[in-house]
Amino acid sequence: MNITLRVWRQKGPGDEGRMVNYELSDVSPDMSFLEMLDVLNEKLTLQDEDPIAFDHDCREGICGACGVVIDGEAHGPEVTTTCQLHMRSFEDGDTITVEPWRAKAFPVVKDLVVDRGAFDRIIQAGGYISAPTGTAPDAHATPVPKADADRAFDAATCIGCGACVAACPNASGMLFTAAKVTHLGMLPQGQPERATRVVKMVNQHDEEDFGGCTNIGECAAVCPKGIPLDTISQLNRDLLGSLSKGVG
Amino acid sequence: MANSTLTKKRSTAYGSTVALKAAMAVTGVILVLYLIAHMYGNLKVFLGQEAFDGYAEELRDLGYPLLPHEGFLWIARVVLLSAVLIHIYCAVVLTRRDNRARGGASRYQVTKRVQRTYASYTMRWGGLLIALFVIFHILHLTVNVIAPGGASDSPYVRLVNGFQPEYWYVTLFYVAAVIAVGFHLRHGIWSGAATLGFNRADRQGKINAVALAVALVVTVGFLLPPLAVTFGLVSNV
Repeated sequence: MNITLRVWRQKGPGDEGRMVNYELSDVSPDMSFLEMLDVLNEKLTLQDEDPIAFDHDCREGICGACGVVIDGEAHGPEVTTTCQLHMRSFEDGDTITVEPWRAKAFPVVKDLVVDRGAFDRIIQAGGYISAPTGTAPDAHATPVPKADADRAFDAATCIGCGACVAACPNASGMLFTAAKVTHLGMLPQGQPERATRVVKMVNQHDEEDFGGCTNIGECAAVCPKGIPLDTISQLNRDLLGSLSKGVG
Repeated sequence: MANSTLTKKRSTAYGSTVALKAAMAVTGVILVLYLIAHMYGNLKVFLGQEAFDGYAEELRDLGYPLLPHEGFLWIARVVLLSAVLIHIYCAVVLTRRDNRARGGASRYQVTKRVQRTYASYTMRWGGLLIALFVIFHILHLTVNVIAPGGASDSPYVRLVNGFQPEYWYVTLFYVAAVIAVGFHLRHGIWSGAATLGFNRADRQGKINAVALAVALVVTVGFLLPPLAVTFGLVSNV
């Protein structure tokens, strides 16, 4: 395959940045998108040019480190992480536009790398349970209905990649926040702090300059882990419940 | 950020995006209920001048003698105006937050819509169009300061005069605004339900069906009277 890449290049946080075109020939359809970028970077290095910086870690679709906007879609045309996207999803001769996640809360560090520390701070604000640690309790010590356990698990599969924010026209981080609120809110262990957790996490979300949710659903549609859109509704219900109890 | 010496004002959940959206949802419910009642009254135009004007007169004495003459009307007006102002205030605050969060108008070089509805694009500009129309609409048919075709004490005559074919631009503005209302309700009812916490995966289809049905009924219900006048089906006797 021969492809043309239009890639966002930005030397650092203060740099203005611009799109740069690269021609790449002999791309195998079996390469992952990141391997294709590796090939381009080797070429750039041999030409004494600065390679394109992008985040990646496990390359198995489970860590959430990688993620770029490809042709206007977070993680590209397939519903998966960028590392699990393969070049067979593109046609020979395609021009592919690659851009970093765009949000005020996700400042660009370099090229395609953004700082997603805002997500960590939302988790730090309340995305945990305060329980004394010790040896693991018996698995059946606290019974949980199967449906609740399934929903908690579905929400817990969020890998924090940030695609929801990148795809949201308001750059809202609600799906991410709602996933954690739902995960802990469905389980008995999450109940003692349920009312204060949602308040703290939503406040932190707003302080990080994420936008508000307008229930458009682009977040859930691009989510590589399929976090359901209705988790946001559950967060809303929890928050309104907290406010009505005076926890604000 | 650790290196900032400025103490940022802490957010409180009462002013959070979620709380503001809940305020928009609750005021939205009030306005949708009003629209349905208003549409019901409008459709009385097909029963003739007496029924239409009589209904308008009855509204003035609704709840009499518990409420004074026009008492109910003024209560409704205060509630509606408050609902509209709260709805618009929250929309402006949230839109400004969203614009800041997005980080500039030219966000991506390429943007692709994955699954969002067309209606969801129309909420903000559609809302502005509706607000401008409501001002014109009150000046036209309530206060009757703007009176294309001549002012009248009869609501029926005002309606018939105002939508004559020679005032096609009045009808056009009306039609455009009602279609904007339809789109606004299509996304607004769904979004409001989700904001108030009613959305669940197994209810998503039903909520969207109700939103679409209400949007269609309201749009058609409001379009019928003025178009019937323009096309001569309803006229001054």
